[in-house]
This record gives sequence, structure tokens and C-alpha cells, in this order.
Amino acid sequence: MSDPADTPTPVPTGRRAAWSDMAAPWILGIGLLIAWEASCKIFAIKTFVLPAPTDIVASLWKWHAVILLHAGQTLYTTVIGFVFAVVGGLILGVAVGYSRLLYKAFYPILIGFNSVPKVAIVPVLVIWFGIGTIPAVITAFLLSFFPIVVNVAAGLATVEPEMEDVLRSLGASRRDMFFKVGLPRSMPYFFASLKIAITLALVGSVISETIASNSGIGYLMLNASSRFDVPLVFAGLVVVAMMGVAIYALFAAVENRFTGWATRGQAIRFDAGGG
Amino acid sequence: MALMDSPPADEMAPHAFVGVEDVDLVYGRDGDGVHALSGASFSVKKGGFAAVVGPSGCGKSSLMKLATGLIRPTRGRINLDGQEVTGPVSVAGMAFQNPTLLPWRSTLKNIMLPLEIVEPHKSRLRSNKAEYLERAEALLASVGLAGFGARSPWELSGGMQQRASLCRALIHEPALLMLDEPFGALDAFTREELWSVLQALWMERRFTVILVTHDLREAVYLADTIHVMSARPGRIVASRDVPFAYPRTLEDTFKPEFVDLVHDLRDHISRERQT
Ligand SMILES: Nc1ncnc2c1ncn2[C@@H]1O[C@H](COP(=O)(O)OP(=O)(O)O)[C@@H](O)[C@H]1O
Ligand SMILES: [Mg+2]
Repeated sequence: MSDPADTPTPVPTGRRAAWSDMAAPWILGIGLLIAWEASCKIFAIKTFVLPAPTDIVASLWKWHAVILLHAGQTLYTTVIGFVFAVVGGLILGVAVGYSRLLYKAFYPILIGFNSVPKVAIVPVLVIWFGIGTIPAVITAFLLSFFPIVVNVAAGLATVEPEMEDVLRSLGASRRDMFFKVGLPRSMPYFFASLKIAITLALVGSVISETIASNSGIGYLMLNASSRFDVPLVFAGLVVVAMMGVAIYALFAAVENRFTGWATRGQAIRFDAGGG
Repeated sequence: MALMDSPPADEMAPHAFVGVEDVDLVYGRDGDGVHALSGASFSVKKGGFAAVVGPSGCGKSSLMKLATGLIRPTRGRINLDGQEVTGPVSVAGMAFQNPTLLPWRSTLKNIMLPLEIVEPHKSRLRSNKAEYLERAEALLASVGLAGFGARSPWELSGGMQQRASLCRALIHEPALLMLDEPFGALDAFTREELWSVLQALWMERRFTVILVTHDLREAVYLADTIHVMSARPGRIVASRDVPFAYPRTLEDTFKPEFVDLVHDLRDHISRERQT
């Protein structure tokens, strides 16, 4: 009588490729590093033009205490900006996804806002707040805010019309529809946007620090480049990249933990970028 | 075998549970609008099983939405249980071709969704949890899904999801069940299984059913009255009583009387498609 789906879900054949999936980025990365190192040595490229990976590692080691301090500052502004973006993005995303009128009102403004290069805003922030932590936090916020709004709104706005009909024919209020369907449905979109947003927040912080700060990795890099300490500039880049990968991985794990059902169910996800 | 049982001896409007009276429906503004229905009239008696068949795009789904008050007619009147329908009716259960189960809820929780919305269940649910759980489990068992309540919808086959969707439409014991091509996406064997599941539920509970389908065998197998719609703008061009006694079996579908009725309906529809 019942269908054969009674048996446990079989392991997809793709799983066998898991080992090479894991190894691929490491192999590629190490390969590139070796090629880079070799090129610097073979063509005798000067360190202040392009430092070899070993020079960068040496610089990382030499300055590790200072780097750590500045990385801490960058992480701090990134996280604060990101937290504001999550709260604000969630609120605005829900409002825009919930009400057609607010959607119509806000959408052009949001698009316009997202098209403005955020670097151009930093000098304005300096005029208002002086240099330091606040412009970095705000820039981080501005960069990471948009993808959260767009994703949350998309999750709410794309509820299947049949699902709406089922609920409305039961006499469901808009509140019911929001809490029972809209909000849970938009959660995968929300969590997917977090990992994009946190990396954008990092970009924002670093941008702001290179323009108007006396601490943070961005400042460290600017300072190092003015002293022609190119290995330290590259060390800064490496640190930013590693922080980016780490926080991305963290939020990818959070996403998986909370909305694992979405990757098995039919809900579609997409990531909206910005910058 | 008493295939030629008495036809339903109901005399139209007075005892009608659902009454659609001379309804026009225009989507969009008058000038460039889509004229979906024009002068559609039919009625369904209490406890009856009506099927609506017609060429695709003729307004069958629109008729469903009108009868449950999800949309308002441009002209004409719709009655439900003696009252004019002016908004979502809340005594209806609906199921569509797309089962629209919520992927973040277990199958059991999906089925119990209407209980969280429709009174008096909504206010009784918390304190009478055990009773309602039992009811949901019993309903699952009656459609052949015993023991599947804890599964997530994505772990169920298409046919099983459609069974669950049927349960969700019936859990709050609605007086009216609206089915819009509910078996349209299923393979022939599963579809025929579900015919008998639905027939058994209906014979036991005697809710009123309106079934939209483009499968004429399905209509003749299940319904006591079949309404044929014209091409858009849709109206009812013929109504046929189905004189075969319940419960009907798959064997019956091969009997000459059954086949003749299916052919008769098919002729009607192909004539409609040409005009
Ligand atoms: N919301 C809508 N807005 C505009 N036109 C619609 C809408 N819903 C349906 N229609 C149109 O009305 C006609 C009837 O649609 P529908 O009731 O879905 O037909 P059926 O279910 O018989 O295929 C179609 O031509 C369709 O394009
Ligand atoms: Mg339809």
C-alpha cells in the first residue's frame, strides 16, 4: 500500500567524492604558494615589489604581537557593525517582505543606497565622528546590511501562493501567516545571508581603517606601505583573508546547524552580494 | 453488482450547500482584464461529491477560490450553507497538485497546522494535546501513513506527501473539501490508490467535496455529479449525474457504462476546446 520510500534514505553516490573535495582547495593553495615562491627566487624579484611567501611568513612572525592587536581591533569593529546590520537588516527585511507598500517605498532607495561605493562615505563619517572606531563600525554596518535585508525580504515574499490559499481558507490572520510560514521560511535565506554579510563587514572595517584610523589591520597595512615594508602589507592581507575564511566558515556552520532542513527540502536559497 | 443505482434525487438550489449563481469573474481592470468566468452557475448538495472538469485555463481554479471566498466575483453570488460568501470561509480544507508541506515541520506537525489556526481547536489544542495527537495519528493511519508522522516531508515520496496534504485538509473536520487537481502530478498507480483512499474517507465522513480535475476517469470514479466547463470565459455547459453505487472499485472503471460516460464527457470537452 505505501510507497517504497519506507527504506532509509540511501547515501548519495556523490559522497564518495568527499575526500577529494576536502583536499582540492589545499592542493591548489599549496601549489600556488610554491609557484609564487619559485617565481620570486628564479626571477630575483625584489621584496618591496613582491615578497615571497617565506618573506611574508617571516614578517608575520616578527610582528605577530602587533598584528594580533590590530586584528583584534578589526574583529571588534567588524562584529559590532555586523551585529547592528543583523538587527537592522532583520527588522527592515521583515517590514519590506511583509508589507507591499513598504516594499514599493523602500526598494528603489535600497538599490540606490547599495550602488553607492561605501569608500566614498568614509570621509563624511570622519567629518561627523572623527577618525577611529566609529567610522569603521558604521562602514562595516553599511556594507553588511543590504544582503540581509534583501534575503529576508525575499524569503518572506516568495511564499507559495497555494500555501497562502490553504492558510487563508482556514481563516488565518496575517499574523498567523507570518509566524507559521513567512518567518520560518525566510530563516534559511537569513542564515545564508549572514555568511556573506560578515565577510562584507570585515571588508568595510578594513576599508575604513585604511582611510581613517590609527588602529586595525587596515591601518597597519597603510602604515607599513608608507614605510615600504611590503612583506608586512602582505602579512596584513593574509591576516584579513584568514579572518574572512574563518568567520565565513563559522557562519556557514551556524547556517547548517539551524536550517539544515532547507538543503533537503525544496526551499531555494540565494546569496546577495554587495560592496 | 448494482452499478445502476439511483441518481442523486436532489432538486438544485434549495438544499444546496454550495451555490454558485451566475458568476462573472474578471481579473485585472475592466479594459485589459482577463475574463475568466462568465455566467457560471452550479450547486453542490450537502455531503455531495462534485467534480469540475474542463479545458485548461477555463477558470476551474478560479471557481475554487471563489467558492472559498479567497477572491470575490465581479458579478453574481456565491452561497455556502445558506449564507452569502463575502470573505475567506474558514470551514474549508484545501489541497492542490503541489502538496505545499512545510519542510521545517514534521509530517505530523504539518497535518496539525490547521488546528493551530481554526477555532475551536486553536484554543483547545494546548490543553487537549493528547487527544489531538491521537486524532492526527488516526487520520495518518487512515490514508496509509501510519508511523510516518515523525518523518520530514522531504523524506516522503510524492504520493505520500499528497496523502499528508489530504490529511492536513481534513484534520479540522471541515464541512467542505476543495481539491484542485490534487493527484495531477502522481503516477497512474499512486493516483488510483489515492482515489480509493479519498473515496473511503468521504464515505466515512460525508463532507462536501468539490474536485477539480482534468482526468475524466478520476471524475467518474469519485464524483456523484460532474460539471463540464466551457473554454474561457468559463461557465458550466453540462452537468451529469454519475449513477454508479459507492464504493466504486477499479474494476468498475472498465465496465461499459463507466467507459461510455467517460467518452460522453470527453466529447463534450473536445467540442468545448474547438469553440
Ligand atoms: N491572479 C490572476 N490574475 C490574472 N489572471 C489570472 C489570475 N489567475 C488566473 N488568471 C487567468 O484566468 C484564467 C483562468 O485561470 P484558472 O482559474 O487558473 O484556470 P484553470 O484552473 O481552469 O486552468 C486563465 O486564463 C488565467 O490566466
Ligand atoms: Mg488550475
